[in-house]
Amino acid sequence: MTLGNSLSVVNATKYYKKFKAVDDVNLTVNQGEFLTILGPSGSGKTSLLKLIAGFEQLSNGSIMLNHQDISNKKPYERQIGMLFQNYALFPHMTVFDNIAYPLSLRKMAKEEVKQKVESILKLIHLEEYAQRYPEQLSGGQQQRVALARAIVFNPPLLLLDEPLGALDKQLRKQMQLEIKQIQEHVGITTVSVTHDQEEALTMSDKICVMNKGRIEQVDSPEMLYKQPKNRFVAEFIGEINLIKGQVVSVIDGNAMVKVNEDMSVHIEMNKDASKEMKNKSMLIGLRPENIQIARDQTQFHNTIRVRVLETIYVGEAINIKTKMDTGEEIMAKIPAHMSEMIVKGEEILLGWNSKDACLIPDETTI
Amino acid sequence: MIEVKKEPRILAQQVSFSHRLARISGLQWLLLIIPLGYIMILMVFSMADFFKLSLFNEDGFTLEYFRHIFSTDIYLKVLWVTLKIALLVTFFSLIVAYPLAYMLVRTTSKLWKKIILASVLIPFWISLLVRTFAWSILLRKNGVINMILMEMGIIDQPLELIYNTTGVVIAMTHILLPYMVLSLYSVMEGIDQKLLLAAQSMGARPWKAFTQVFLPLSIPGVLSGSLLVFVMGIGYFITPALLGGSKTTMISMLIESNINTTLNWHLASALALVLFMATLILLFIALLLTGKNPVLKELE
Repeated sequence: MTLGNSLSVVNATKYYKKFKAVDDVNLTVNQGEFLTILGPSGSGKTSLLKLIAGFEQLSNGSIMLNHQDISNKKPYERQIGMLFQNYALFPHMTVFDNIAYPLSLRKMAKEEVKQKVESILKLIHLEEYAQRYPEQLSGGQQQRVALARAIVFNPPLLLLDEPLGALDKQLRKQMQLEIKQIQEHVGITTVSVTHDQEEALTMSDKICVMNKGRIEQVDSPEMLYKQPKNRFVAEFIGEINLIKGQVVSVIDGNAMVKVNEDMSVHIEMNKDASKEMKNKSMLIGLRPENIQIARDQTQFHNTIRVRVLETIYVGEAINIKTKMDTGEEIMAKIPAHMSEMIVKGEEILLGWNSKDACLIPDETTI
Repeated sequence: MIEVKKEPRILAQQVSFSHRLARISGLQWLLLIIPLGYIMILMVFSMADFFKLSLFNEDGFTLEYFRHIFSTDIYLKVLWVTLKIALLVTFFSLIVAYPLAYMLVRTTSKLWKKIILASVLIPFWISLLVRTFAWSILLRKNGVINMILMEMGIIDQPLELIYNTTGVVIAMTHILLPYMVLSLYSVMEGIDQKLLLAAQSMGARPWKAFTQVFLPLSIPGVLSGSLLVFVMGIGYFITPALLGGSKTTMISMLIESNINTTLNWHLASALALVLFMATLILLFIALLLTGKNPVLKELE
């Protein structure tokens, strides 16, 4: 096993009675990495987190932490810090006592406990709140205390269970950055679970998309967004137009995809893109914000003539719903200052460059 | 010119009946006065009456009855027995009820939850008198409990389980148990179960998580349940009257005999007042005990 492999989940499977909540999951999180498990409710993401924390037992497979098999260890033997959704701060203890709790369990000397708690209180900017009770703090402050409590005993791994679910939108954005900052400062390997894609994209080094108990894709936020591996990931993260097409040729990572008799699309892919895609039916994935209004057919690698069905003003941009000749609908996101060029019912020319689209396997035809 | 603002004309039919009722001024007070009056009449008049009876007789104000109570051994002994039984019953019902209530909130099995709730609540719905008689059958010399113990060879002679403190405490504990279980349950149910998981994730073994997190948070339930059982126990009548012997007279039995047998209503009132004061003092102590903890403060 390679050095620095902090957490590995190997062939993890969990049944609840006959229901397979986690289905043969393999996942590796490197030292210091922030990985988010993202998925809709019922995707098995929370079950996977519980398995890592030890609150549930694996039906099959194993979980390794720093090269040690922890699958059969009790949660209190695993030394994993965990931040709960509603913080789970002890209401009968002060902020100080809450943070000191994991240290006193480890029979640390009082002086050392005091020193550690005080230094971490400084890190979360709550020095003056040491003697308050959790109910006297705001949501964001409680969140920070819970985070401090989860990392004060230097666990090798931090788990976050829907960490920002209980906060309002404004505070959530602020806490995203703050948690990320603290995580990087401490350098702790972190696994977070969320259904909020924006949160996942902002905070993570790597995102693991789960669906129906299985991992759909593990990748960096950028790759996940740019090159989703399948339809589920493409549709789950952000908005995307999916257009059916037939791959005609793949040359040097440049694919030519035929949409219909009159229209073919060029797509630039990685150099190592498989040539086996040739003649296969695939989906062209096109993000609305990558589509622009074209002056003429030479401005972009790909252009397409569509009719405007609807325009929706969303502040910084306009979402326009258009229709191709073949009847397929395409959504585009155009900067708001270009709104004069769009008239409902009129035809416009849309365009995009070949690197701005991706190819996704079309499962429906397999 | 003073302009007279015209009331917007609303057709009578448009205003619903309840709206029209709400417009009658003072109606809400009337609705409050009925239950309030009921309580006040019962409370003030009966209380005033027994205060008066205990402190006044034909010759005017007197402390004679209290002097009599506190200078007569038998009364002090009865007071002591009453306190002792009430405390024992509170203690034992807490010991029995705590694990039951804990199971009730912690178990994920709906069946177990139903079984526990049924075993606690069904006796609660059965008449007190019936339950007391049932215990007298179970506890007597040739009763079920003694028979079983003798059959099993644990004892040679039947135990004295009835007509003494033991019998009264056993039966009263069982009878007052539901109050304790429900008081504990209502508080325990409000404890976030995730706190225990959190404690475990920080390295606390289940027992530590229980004693350091769950137990302190359940104290309000322990206190309210104990107070309820104690206050009910201290004035209990039927069970000690039927299961207690001559040595286990509780204060309520003394009050009863003063009213029905010796017809000394003054002394009965004085005894009732002593009981009342003892209860108040204990309540006050309990309130002081809850002063420091923030969780308990919230309850007040």
